[in-house]
Amino acid sequence: MRPTFWQRLDTFARHLTPVALTLVLVILNVVPTHIPGIARVLPVLPLIAVFYWSIHRPHLMPAPAVFLIGLFQDGLTGAPMGLHALIFLAVQGVVLFQHKFFMGKSFFVHWLGFGLVGAGAALLSWGLLSAFYVTLFAAEAIAFQYVMTVAAFPLFAFIFSRWQQAFLKLD
Amino acid sequence: MKEPQSFSRVAQPIRNFAQRFAYVGLVVAAFALMMLAKVDTILVERARTHMTDAVAPILDVISRPIDTVNQTVDEVQALKNLYDDNARLREERNRLLHWKSLAEKLEAENRVLKEQLNVIPEREASFVTARVIADTGGAFSQSVIVNAGARDGVEKGQAAVTADGLVGRVIDVGSRSARVLLLTDINAKIPVLVDPTRTRAIMAGANQSKPRLTWLPPSAVVTVGDSVVTSGHAGVFPPGLRVGQVAAVGEGGMIVQPYVDLSRLEYVRIINLGMGGILQLPQRSMGPADGLPGASVKTGGGGQ
Repeated sequence: MRPTFWQRLDTFARHLTPVALTLVLVILNVVPTHIPGIARVLPVLPLIAVFYWSIHRPHLMPAPAVFLIGLFQDGLTGAPMGLHALIFLAVQGVVLFQHKFFMGKSFFVHWLGFGLVGAGAALLSWGLLSAFYVTLFAAEAIAFQYVMTVAAFPLFAFIFSRWQQAFLKLD
Repeated sequence: MKEPQSFSRVAQPIRNFAQRFAYVGLVVAAFALMMLAKVDTILVERARTHMTDAVAPILDVISRPIDTVNQTVDEVQALKNLYDDNARLREERNRLLHWKSLAEKLEAENRVLKEQLNVIPEREASFVTARVIADTGGAFSQSVIVNAGARDGVEKGQAAVTADGLVGRVIDVGSRSARVLLLTDINAKIPVLVDPTRTRAIMAGANQSKPRLTWLPPSAVVTVGDSVVTSGHAGVFPPGLRVGQVAAVGEGGMIVQPYVDLSRLEYVRIINLGMGGILQLPQRSMGPADGLPGASVKTGGGGQ
């Protein structure tokens, strides 16, 4: 039976949610919290989303969307344009390359994987920023940001998995 | 049944190839964009301005409840400390009254001396108070977005301050939002004076919580606790704005502790002093004549 127009629209809307959620995270990431010290080093929340959806629903997180999410992140945070686009694409590339490894693995393996991929992303961003500003960039802040991002992973992975159960189960 | 299979057998590799090609293309595009951002900042910054301007209303709405919660927490804390605060404020008031009479005397004296010396009066400053709607702090850049833009009279290059001291300067202006580069950002290089010796220096951010003093004269003597104010050289910042205190002097350089707690910015004042300065030179031709003919000359010297 062919799905009706409304069913297709419903599916389409559900399929948009991983990218939409990631864009929301980009915005939430820059909302001032006024917690001393925290605001200066925030986790890169969209990185978690890109990693998670690239494992669980890769077809709903296509490369052009990742590119645009990265540009949006750069535009809002004031980082050099293209920096996050490149980092997010690199993370997605690694995940898709190792997709067979991640499939069906437990949460802790994913967390460990994110730790490794995130470290690579932090190193890449440090290298890119150092090249961009033609100076050795302060590594402490990036290292701290990496730790924060890895620490934030379980919470957001949990939220995404609930979302996936509720809205994207059939895909 | 057979036909679609054979079709997919041919189409799948092509599709895979196209996807891979698109992926590589996007990586190259991102890289090219970074290069472009390095070379031609105006084009890329304009794109960024449009992006922030578009999101500004959303950020404005989201940041409001958080501000309210923070204010409530602050109020509860204030209630708790009411008695102590009151005693402290009374004491402070007595002390300030003494300073007030002294300041009045000095002001009168200053006015008389300035008249005698024919000092050119400084421009009157006007300011816009704006709410911080996004704090894009992090390892990559240190800036905030405020909910005032070109329509409120904010212009590129203006200084942003709070009651405590300097925050940074406006680097991007959209119609309803503007981006303030904090003094801790790696791009922030601020000409300062170190009191009490009036030593000239450049305060440079490094995307860390505390900026450093660089380019001091070789004979400079700087000690911990010296206060740092803007010098007004290069015409970007008005002179005499409080910046911070020298927190450490050592192998790692001279570190400045800003007076403003940059992680808790809620409102900033954006000062318009009608300064010339480096930032408006390219577009200046269409603006009104500013009475600062020497601006370009000043810039060359001060910006180095």
